Amino acid sequence: MNSGSMTSGTITDGPALRDPHTPDSRLGHGADYLHAEHTLRSWFFTTDHKRIALLYLASITAFFVIGAVTAGLVRLALVVPDGQVFTNDTYNKLFTIHGVVMVWFFLIPSIPATFGNFLIPLMIGARDLAFPKLNLASWYVFMTGAIFTLVSVVLGGVDTGWTFYTPLSTAFSNTWVVPALIGVTIVGFSSILTGLNFVVTIHTMRAPGMTWFRLPIFVWTHYATSLIFLLATPVITVALILLIAERAFHIGVFDPAYGGDPVLFQHLFWFYSHPAVYIMVLPGMGVISEIVPAFAQKKLFGYKFVAYAAIGLASVTFFVWGHHMFVNGQSDLASVAFSVLSFAVAVPSAVKVYNWTATIHKGSLKLDTPMLYAMGYIGLFVLGGLTGLYLATLAINQHVHATYFVVAHFHYIMVGGTVLAFLGGLHFWWPKITGRMYSEAWGRISAFLIFIGFNVTFFPQFILGYLGMPRRYHVYPPEFQFLNILSSAGSTILAVGYIFPMVYLVYSIWFGKRAPANPWDARGLEWTVASPPPAHNFLTEPQAPKIPYDYPIQARETGRQHS
Amino acid sequence: MNPTDLALQLWPAAASATAVETDWLILAFTVLTLLLTVPVFVAITWFAIRYRQGEEADRSHGNVRSVLIEISWMLIPFLLTLIFFVWGARLFFISKQVPGDAMVVEAIGRQWMWKFQHPTGQSEINDLHLPIGQPIKIRMISQDVIHNLYLPALRMQMATLPDRYTELWFKADRTGSYRLYCSEYCGTDHSKMDGTLTLMTQADYAAWLQNAGARQGGQAGAGRAVYESYACGTCHDPGAKVRAPSLAGLYGREVKLADGRIVTADETYLRDKILNPNRQKLAADYKQVMPAFRNVIPNDDLDRLVAYLKSSGATAQQEATP
Ligand code: HEM
Ligand SMILES: [Cu+2]
Repeated sequence: MNSGSMTSGTITDGPALRDPHTPDSRLGHGADYLHAEHTLRSWFFTTDHKRIALLYLASITAFFVIGAVTAGLVRLALVVPDGQVFTNDTYNKLFTIHGVVMVWFFLIPSIPATFGNFLIPLMIGARDLAFPKLNLASWYVFMTGAIFTLVSVVLGGVDTGWTFYTPLSTAFSNTWVVPALIGVTIVGFSSILTGLNFVVTIHTMRAPGMTWFRLPIFVWTHYATSLIFLLATPVITVALILLIAERAFHIGVFDPAYGGDPVLFQHLFWFYSHPAVYIMVLPGMGVISEIVPAFAQKKLFGYKFVAYAAIGLASVTFFVWGHHMFVNGQSDLASVAFSVLSFAVAVPSAVKVYNWTATIHKGSLKLDTPMLYAMGYIGLFVLGGLTGLYLATLAINQHVHATYFVVAHFHYIMVGGTVLAFLGGLHFWWPKITGRMYSEAWGRISAFLIFIGFNVTFFPQFILGYLGMPRRYHVYPPEFQFLNILSSAGSTILAVGYIFPMVYLVYSIWFGKRAPANPWDARGLEWTVASPPPAHNFLTEPQAPKIPYDYPIQARETGRQHS
Repeated sequence: MNPTDLALQLWPAAASATAVETDWLILAFTVLTLLLTVPVFVAITWFAIRYRQGEEADRSHGNVRSVLIEISWMLIPFLLTLIFFVWGARLFFISKQVPGDAMVVEAIGRQWMWKFQHPTGQSEINDLHLPIGQPIKIRMISQDVIHNLYLPALRMQMATLPDRYTELWFKADRTGSYRLYCSEYCGTDHSKMDGTLTLMTQADYAAWLQNAGARQGGQAGAGRAVYESYACGTCHDPGAKVRAPSLAGLYGREVKLADGRIVTADETYLRDKILNPNRQKLAADYKQVMPAFRNVIPNDDLDRLVAYLKSSGATAQQEATP
């Protein structure tokens, strides 16, 4: 097949797609993807997975800023116990926007849509994703959904919480619930399209010799994540459509006033939203599994276990949703089953940190910025995971459910886990993506600030929750004020830690040192191409390594017997 | 009446044996958590120093029995944590087995207040007085959205659902005042849906029941509860969305009606107005939106409600609401 049809990249020319090194006749050989074309059009209608990754990066950064600003306002309000800073309705809208934007517009797309898009083809030695046009379409779908939600926020806001529990959301809230829900529903389709694209790509587009067990863990975790995208997202789509139908047309599904069941919504919601936790966590694990070996110059410990664990966790996570509903009228027997299953999924996720620790053992360590983020990640992720176990313990849940303990728990997982992994990955692959090096000193300073700021912000919330402070409280008893002030003070440190990278990373695009192809001496096919990569990824046929993580230091892992 | 006026509290009061055991459970679990994590943190820091690039260190590797290692570091923590699953489940089951001799208190959650009714008929709003040394079952339901009755001092909470009864029970053993909350987000004033749980000796409780009416301001106090439970305030409280006349200080005042008549708001007027608001009793400048409460409010409640509107309490209450 000729090269022209290759760039169009529809499924019909599938076989040609497997050929990663046919140059595109329209472009100069080797022009890097950033400079191949300059028009606005070439960005907004690009089918290059690397450019689409950057479109996503820009959009989710904007959403992160919205989410962060609203979080800052929420923390500001909580400095005083009497709720004088904002009215009750304003406060409720603020935390709702924070949750909706952070979960649906930042965390869920974050690592997959940016690094997944950018790196999966490079890591497996492919020219692009299997369906480049679909990839572009999924970004447009994402933005369409986001605009619906943002418009509803601008017009008057939503005050249901990101969980949209019925019948509050269907019959009692007077805010712009329907447009916000339409937005979230649409964004779900973008997840489904991305998941589909990744699954097909990983199955069919691996370079010759790139067998499953030569794939980087990053690819494995994205494969697992994509399965969740495909299998879980339709459930939330259906749930939200039913919610919209009930609110708009009074079709009784959830509201007992029309013969519905309000708890049914929670089942459907968490059937998606608990697996969604792993949509956020697995890609982060993938990033850390790339960073740690690179900065220890040592093979990842227990490669196959980590790969299987990704698939295993993605499966078991479908059977624990009921742990969000222990005190919501669920049957006691169901609660016990969900409790033990939650233990079964939490422990294997948490012990992944032992693999990373073992990887560092007897390595040759460089403590550069990405590694500092990775180490921060490990600490916070462990705390997040183990406090998940507290929540999964029935008697403890009866006390701390819906308190600040839960808020602390999921921030340790989602901010401590996903966001630190995201920032670690951003610093790790920044030279590859932009062709520039950022200031290492500033990088280390902000990694440090974020770690400190995060803990000062969220650790007090574990105590607040245990003391009995309910979440989503605007006015709270005075005995909780000290810890709330501490938490708000921490969030200012955290904010500074976030602002620094936005400045020095952007600065580096114009003024940074030029990056070599492999600044970290890392393994993996993405480091064999120039920084930034050529528009076509590979100018010569990529050579799959004989083993993954082919670092100088290797422990020979054996099975049961000594050889 | 504040359970505490301190700005900082570090351990929540525990008012029942179950609450104390829950604390032990969480303490023991924390010890295990530390055992499982502190070594990781120490190891990472130690390795980061010891094996820094450029440091002299032994980096030679023998064979590693990875399957054995992987299985043991997965299985051992899992089995250890299972102890806590069992312990937690045991406490949970105890909290589901209501003793036959439990005293039953009814609770109703609605946006944004709690109404509690004692077995002897007295009811209270947002505050709850209960005896210690006696199993108590709270049977609850919601009138609108999902709420959640949370009693931190008892380490206990349960959702109130709009379509079915739920319950929780406990046996308190320590007197004092503690907080109670709604912990399921329920709209605008979710954070004001809280109150005080007062646990008292059985004798004090009996005395309280006797005097409860008096303490709440007699008929008028009970009338406040009626006012709340029929949601009169949704329209009549200052700042309400629907425009309706303020009821503060209404009693005894002259009222101009839509048809031009001027009447005095005496007891009969108040009664009639509640039962049959619209017909010829529409006030000037207002729309005909108030529902008729004939056959809705029972007579005794109507008496209480009118007593409340006549009382100065109504005036104070109304003016206090911003
Ligand atoms: C390590 C395994 C995990 C376990 C065993 C676990 C367990 C739990 C439990 C039992 C709850 C319910 C708390 C309650 O409302 O009573 C909960 C809440 C929550 N968890 Fe996790 N969790 C885990 C991991 C995660 C991860 C990785 C994330 C996010 C990336 C996460 C995000 C959340 C969120 C957002 C909530 C709050 C739900 C709400 O709005 O009420 N969890 N978790
Ligand atoms: Cu409530």
